[in-house]
Amino acid sequence: MSVPAFAELLERLIFTPGRNAKLALLRDWFATQPDPDRGIGLAALTEELVFTAAKPAMIRDLAAARTDPVLLALSHDYVGDLAETVALIWPERAGVNAPPPALSEVVETLEVTPKAELPGLISGWLDTLDSGGRLALIKLITGGLRVGVSGRLARVALAEWSGKPVEEIEEIWHGVAPPYLPIFRWLEGHAERPDPRDAPVFRPLMLAHPLEDRDLAALDPAAWRAEWKWDGIRVQLTAGPGGRRIWSRGGEDISGGFPEIVEAMEFHGVLDGELLVIRDGLVAPFADLQQRLNRKLVGPKMLRDYPVGVRLYDLLFEGGEDLRPLPFDARRQRLEAWVERHAPPRMDLSALIAFASVAQLSEVRDGARAASIEGLMLKRADSPYLAGRQKGMWWKWKRDPLSIDAVLMYAQRGHGKRSSFYSDYTFGLWRPVEGGGEELVPVGKAYSGYTDEELGWLDRWIRNHTVSRFGPVREVEKALVLEVIFDAAQLSGRHKSGVALRFPRIARIRTDKPASEADRLENLMAYVEAGPAAEE
Amino acid sequence: MPHPETWLRVLPDGLFCEPGGFFIDPVRPVERAVITHGHADHARPGHRSVLATPETLAIMRARMGEGAGAAQQAMRHGEVLRQGEVTIRLVPAGHVLGSAQVVMEWQGSRAVVSGDYKRQADATCLPFEPVPCDVFVTEATFALPVFRHPDPAHEVAKLLKSLALFPERTHVVGCYALGKCQRLITLLRAAGWDRPIHLHGAQQPLCRLYEELGVPLGELRPATVANKAELRGAIVLAPPSAIADRWARRLAEPVTALASGWMRVRQRARTRGVELPMVISDHADWPDLNRTIDEVGAPEVWVTHGRDDALVHALAGRGIRGRALHLVGLGEDEDEAVAEAPEGAPAA
Repeated sequence: MSVPAFAELLERLIFTPGRNAKLALLRDWFATQPDPDRGIGLAALTEELVFTAAKPAMIRDLAAARTDPVLLALSHDYVGDLAETVALIWPERAGVNAPPPALSEVVETLEVTPKAELPGLISGWLDTLDSGGRLALIKLITGGLRVGVSGRLARVALAEWSGKPVEEIEEIWHGVAPPYLPIFRWLEGHAERPDPRDAPVFRPLMLAHPLEDRDLAALDPAAWRAEWKWDGIRVQLTAGPGGRRIWSRGGEDISGGFPEIVEAMEFHGVLDGELLVIRDGLVAPFADLQQRLNRKLVGPKMLRDYPVGVRLYDLLFEGGEDLRPLPFDARRQRLEAWVERHAPPRMDLSALIAFASVAQLSEVRDGARAASIEGLMLKRADSPYLAGRQKGMWWKWKRDPLSIDAVLMYAQRGHGKRSSFYSDYTFGLWRPVEGGGEELVPVGKAYSGYTDEELGWLDRWIRNHTVSRFGPVREVEKALVLEVIFDAAQLSGRHKSGVALRFPRIARIRTDKPASEADRLENLMAYVEAGPAAEE
Repeated sequence: MPHPETWLRVLPDGLFCEPGGFFIDPVRPVERAVITHGHADHARPGHRSVLATPETLAIMRARMGEGAGAAQQAMRHGEVLRQGEVTIRLVPAGHVLGSAQVVMEWQGSRAVVSGDYKRQADATCLPFEPVPCDVFVTEATFALPVFRHPDPAHEVAKLLKSLALFPERTHVVGCYALGKCQRLITLLRAAGWDRPIHLHGAQQPLCRLYEELGVPLGELRPATVANKAELRGAIVLAPPSAIADRWARRLAEPVTALASGWMRVRQRARTRGVELPMVISDHADWPDLNRTIDEVGAPEVWVTHGRDDALVHALAGRGIRGRALHLVGLGEDEDEAVAEAPEGAPAA
């Protein structure tokens, strides 16, 4: 099939909020499209294949050559997006009966076409397509699909469609290039699983379950190891003759954003760790790390002001040797020896926390107040490194959340299943106003933590207590107190209140408490850890 | 021959035909009104005497009861009437059932007020007929070259494909209660969908009226009495304002669709939270607006509402004098007024 089929998929994906529906659309794509187009389409969606053959200015010129400039300007002004404007306004020519191009034809032809011939080539393609197809083509060749399909989601869809475990797909994924023909052959049972050999591939991470009280009671200190749970982003470092990669938790290649780490990866092996902003050995709050995330390129100022490092948790491969079947203790020994031997810059060891009893460990957890620590990780001493969340192997034991009583100020409807519910809440705290009195200042937004019954109740309350509406947002009477819990409070120049909350969620609706008795901003400030504020 | 400017005037209440002593689609109650079609922004209550097609009058009575006009005069297509010194004819506009253009002649000069119109086929109403004239008064709802409505059968096919892909989910389609709803039903029937179609309470009276007026719609059921299980894989038609609000909670994991010409622009669909935009419109798109103006051959075109800037610019390029009337009160999406049902009230 061809660009029109891809356009149809794209349109559905863009407007579909639900994960399950997205998965169904992707499964349908894999089941109905031929090779190599299904792989090319997949790579384009996940942005593993990015084209930059055409610049937006070229697309604009193509449209300008065929349309009245005033009408083009009025249209662009109305639609907003240039690619969409061109796709919609493109005058169809009578007598064009060439079939629309296949995705593979687009990809192959773009590669071999000299720059000077690109405009003619692209106009020719646009003439064969309808408006949806034109938009898909323009977005595709200017490198701006942005449909919100992560590589992880695509691999889950492949797993569901083929019946193979997603971990098996992840392990080889990055070793095979688009259009992934050997992978599709394997998934359809026509060939063996491809062997990525030396190619840097992502190994699915081992994850932890939250620790419940009953698990804690059963914990034998001798059989468990403890480490800090750092508040950064989990990464996997892969280096060897085939290249170097930094993988995110979901298997996305984020190497480009952290060149100083890539440079330091002078080894052959696979490591598991936490990416953190570290200054003089001190871990900065998550807000600092945020400055470095989702960037394709980083400038010298970023590199200087937000220096990152990796705190190492585990060693998965040393050279070509797979250590994952070894028990944690054995891997840890290998990791410690490895760090000693390599002393890699910008990397250090995540310390083990000695403890003789659960009570002692509990004290250690309660004593940790640094914003960069989320709590503790507990790992069974004999646990092999397994993909995914394995019951009873690793626990995460977060610090008890902090809590404030805040006043509901604004509410917004949610998406998908929640689109008829006011489910996103902006809440505020009191602060003194110059000249006397107090005012509410918003301190955060929460859209989780409540039960379905509480959501229904809040939705009704909001509809009955609305004082004004701004588009999708309702301002409500300042009369309802919500107990909000969160993991940390950090100074922030980006927030009006000067403070940002980490993972805020609604713990309880406090109908028993008058709004005037809600917390003051200073109560929240008392929770802020000492440390420099993130800029901006 | 007097220029229509001298006898067809823009007054605060709307377009006024002076020698005939009547308004066309006035925004406030007047003594004598000619109504092009039943949409709420054109047919308003409280006029003393109303002239319109029999279908439009029936629609007005269904929607506003007593307010439809103290004296109602039905005029069929093809009939000619003298009102004052003016002769009037009503000619099909192809917009919704009963919709008409008002053709007026005075002292050898002819003006056509087209109301809202479209050129696409519509099984629920008579097709638009171009009438040559000296001044053509047109709408310009979709008067930007980005608006080119696709074949509605293609849009309906998208809906049916989605039903095949998500057979357990209710597909709720937002559509105006008058015109779009019934046209959509006939399009679905033409595409082979012969299962019952479920309706929001607001859609039911006009569907009944259409059937009484001779437009068969197949089996229709109220969406409110249906239980969730019955609504799995069903098509439900509802006012646009209901599809993403509390009313929709009764539906089974709904896919929200919206049938409107505005759905051609993504941001429009996105802000409405629409999952399946369907570009189906009862208004003329850009090529059809321009084609129609060329067909009626009027040297002068007045634009009532919409994107008059683009249309007047395009007409100037072809030597046609365009004039923006800036009539107020037209083009207000009639569904937007449907308020949320109060808490505890029986669902519509």
